[in-house]
Amino acid sequence: MGIDDRILADLVKHRIEFVTTVPCKQLAGVIEGIDTTPSILHVPSNKEDEGMGLCAGAWMGGKRPAIIMQNTAIGVTINALATLTQFYRMPLPMLISYRGEVGEPVACQVEMAVHTKALLAQLCIPTYHFHRQSDVEELDGILGHCFMASKPVAVLMDATFWKGELQ
Amino acid sequence: MIRSEVLKMMLPVLRDHLVVCNIGLPSQEMHMLEDRPGNFYMLGTMGLASSIGLGLALAQKAPVVAIDGDGSVLMNLGTFSTIANNQAPNFVLLVIDNGSYGSTGDQTTYAGRKTSLTAVAQACGCENVVECTAEETPQVVADAIKAQQMTVVISKCESGNVKVPVIPLDPVVIKDRFMKQVAALNA
Ligand SMILES: [Mg+2]
Repeated sequence: MGIDDRILADLVKHRIEFVTTVPCKQLAGVIEGIDTTPSILHVPSNKEDEGMGLCAGAWMGGKRPAIIMQNTAIGVTINALATLTQFYRMPLPMLISYRGEVGEPVACQVEMAVHTKALLAQLCIPTYHFHRQSDVEELDGILGHCFMASKPVAVLMDATFWKGELQ
Repeated sequence: MIRSEVLKMMLPVLRDHLVVCNIGLPSQEMHMLEDRPGNFYMLGTMGLASSIGLGLALAQKAPVVAIDGDGSVLMNLGTFSTIANNQAPNFVLLVIDNGSYGSTGDQTTYAGRKTSLTAVAQACGCENVVECTAEETPQVVADAIKAQQMTVVISKCESGNVKVPVIPLDPVVIKDRFMKQVAALNA
């Protein structure tokens, strides 16, 4: 099973039924998979804070949400995370394409990468960094942890992680 | 007619439904007029009332009315595209368009100048967009809920505020009782 399928299988296993996305090349396979998974409603958002609003609504409506986005989004979602997701204590798994790490071809991406973990730490958001392909094994536990704690949780998936398929 | 008068007239129409109340005075006015578990009060996060409302409507069956403002919806204009492309027949977005940032001292918004939110919503692909006067608003919203057709209502009213206290409820309490109401309406 490839990484994309592993991620999808864990979303389904944890009964995540509402996923919003702002795309990234590294996430293309997962997003495609979400579109073809009947138990998941995929609602693309224009901007990631809009997506967090959608997820808050879906959670209160009884569906477990998740958001898929790039790490640049941390810059535009701090207010939504602090005053909506955290203030009202709602769970939100954030699957984040961690651009700007080793292997990155676009210099500007590094400018946000260097702030990503610091911002997440400042927000006291549990953060997990997937670097090796086998790190995907942790996703199951992280999703369970997120809904147990009713908190936003960040999973940063870097270029090395995305490079290949699991054996 | 100003927003607080429109909201007061709306109470019989909204009473049985899930209502997402925008940050600031709209939430405070709804809380003061008739606090109930079916009201979700936004205490922060300007701009996301329509998104919370749409997510809620897509996730369950009961009718949802999101009360937004012109200044707030201008902060999240992409929302009209998301609404248009994700059909939720149980969703009504009510934009109280008083042409000003009411909660911050009635500074003029662009909707109070050259920008038509009705035209924006239509251009984004929203199929049922009704622009109406303050007086017509309760009937328009009631009809939209009854029709089970996703509708954007742009209610043109005057700017101006009444004095209202802040909401003393804890956010987790607001969420908890709201979610219980959602569950009851879907039982
Ligand atoms: Mg206004």
